[in-house]
Amino acid sequence: MSATTLDRAAGRTARTRRGDLGVATASHALLSIWMIIVIVPFLWTVMSSFKTTKEILGSPFSLPAELSFDNYVKAWTDAGIGRYFFNTVFVVGSSLILVMLLGSMLAYVLARFRFRGNRVIYNVMLAAMAFPVFLAIVPLFFILQNMGLLNTWPGLILAYVAFALPFTMFFLYSFFKQLPHDVYEAALIDGAGDWRTFFAIMLPMATPGIASVAILNFLGLWNQFLLPVVLNTNRDNFVISQGMATFAASAGYSIDFGALFAAAVMTIIPVLIVYVVFQRKLQGSVAQGTFR
Amino acid sequence: MTALLTAAGPGERTAPPRPRRRPNLDRISFMLVFLVAPLVLFAVFVLLPFAQSAYYSLTSWGGYSDRLEWVGLQNFTQMLGDEVLLKSVRNSVVLALVVPTLTLTVAFAIACVVTTGGPSIGTIKGLRGSAFYRVASFFPYCVPAIVIGIIWAQVYDPSRGLLNGFLTAIGLDQFQSFPWLGNESTAMAASIFVIVWSLIGFYTILFIAAIKGIPAETYEAARLDGAGRFRIAMSVTLPQIASSFQTAYIYIGLVAVDSFVYMAALNAQGGPNYATLTMTQYLYNVAFFQGKFGYATAIGIVLALVTLVYAALVFGVFRLLRGKDGGDHA
Repeated sequence: MSATTLDRAAGRTARTRRGDLGVATASHALLSIWMIIVIVPFLWTVMSSFKTTKEILGSPFSLPAELSFDNYVKAWTDAGIGRYFFNTVFVVGSSLILVMLLGSMLAYVLARFRFRGNRVIYNVMLAAMAFPVFLAIVPLFFILQNMGLLNTWPGLILAYVAFALPFTMFFLYSFFKQLPHDVYEAALIDGAGDWRTFFAIMLPMATPGIASVAILNFLGLWNQFLLPVVLNTNRDNFVISQGMATFAASAGYSIDFGALFAAAVMTIIPVLIVYVVFQRKLQGSVAQGTFR
Repeated sequence: MTALLTAAGPGERTAPPRPRRRPNLDRISFMLVFLVAPLVLFAVFVLLPFAQSAYYSLTSWGGYSDRLEWVGLQNFTQMLGDEVLLKSVRNSVVLALVVPTLTLTVAFAIACVVTTGGPSIGTIKGLRGSAFYRVASFFPYCVPAIVIGIIWAQVYDPSRGLLNGFLTAIGLDQFQSFPWLGNESTAMAASIFVIVWSLIGFYTILFIAAIKGIPAETYEAARLDGAGRFRIAMSVTLPQIASSFQTAYIYIGLVAVDSFVYMAALNAQGGPNYATLTMTQYLYNVAFFQGKFGYATAIGIVLALVTLVYAALVFGVFRLLRGKDGGDHA
């Protein structure tokens, strides 16, 4: 049985090399077409961002007559993209710190302490991730209104944190679960309390997991759309995603497409930087987060 | 009280009892901050709204008065006669069926080529130079969905868009000012393309990670048995990463049923004759433009049901497939 298989394998070798070349060529061709479809819209956006509206209305392919940053200035100041940008940095930054802190604390307690209801809490949070946020959005609107937190930054930040909490906890749970028990006992024997043990020993040991989930949370919060659109309707407080949506809707009337493209580019640049810097880490995080 | 809180060893729930410490100030303050604080936040902003929505859906609540009039299932019967809603349900179901299948098929194909599509002699490896494809196709995942929608709305623009510019340039003049998003028969397909386009890279990375976890011996054995690349992908890789596939199907289904951000940018009003109106868009309009909060939460309940039915279907189908595979490859 194995002898015939080997014979066949040997007989095939000559043909395989040519076959390999064919498969490789076809694969590269198809993947290259896919790459073009992925990359070209971005390049076209960058090119269009330097064109005047008249040039944009003229032809989609024409190059800009001169390299002018007028569109960028217009988008940054007139359309308020600059303001929205800093709002987003503030809101996302605060939410990220808070959710990482609360999420890791909760994950630590659920993973390392036995108490009645532990499993229930874990499962309820897991189930909450499966429900659409849209189901909660109307009551959430009124809860925030009744607390006087509607259209305020604390309100928006708390909502961001609450909805990012289950994922953060779920992701970090397994990290804390895996930490060696001896270290914990050593800390106890040395007289460290629960607070010290967590901040001085357990948290640093879980840094790889925390970094991964922080990157994913950053992207998720930076791209958040529904929560700000509903809970943050004061124009001065807009975050960048809703600012972009409003700007896109109004650009149609004022016919200022150059500035719209420039605004799109400016929104992409921060995530592009994060992506280039953390590319490896990020792809690792995605893999870890889902399959354990 | 002392029995309430004990530190547990890693993964061992039946560990021998350890010396227990009396609850002191350190332990009590620790639990208050570490357990109670996050849970209160979660309960108030996530659990409470979910629970309230079940109640609101049975009222004719207009929102701004304290009076909640109980109307029983009237909101739900009203939906049966609401043509626009029924259309939006149909659109969301279409999205849930098409987007995951299309995205995951392409992502799986790319992942296979990148990991195991290389030369069929020597060690199992991916196509040469495929790292570039992986890095570039993941990038759209990082771009805010609203910006992706805005860019594609410009690409699809009838007169100044990139797509029609390209099509007329290669001689297809009938597309000179074809409204991809404004035509009832193409609006949905064009929107689905954008969503799939933005998600493929993410799921490719997931599958690549899963495939790398398969032992190389499995592939070598399959190759000795004379299996070609396609056969290996279908009979070796696919069954081995079935659980990843299932997780991916669930995740992407939730994204597809939502689709709110993409549609807000592509066709904010729901498209020609509501061709691309999703349940989420309709819910948002009913709640925050028409002020019918009772009816909107009832739509939310139906949305959650659609999601749950979808998840149940995915679990069911995968159980069926796995049962069959078990018989074939045991």
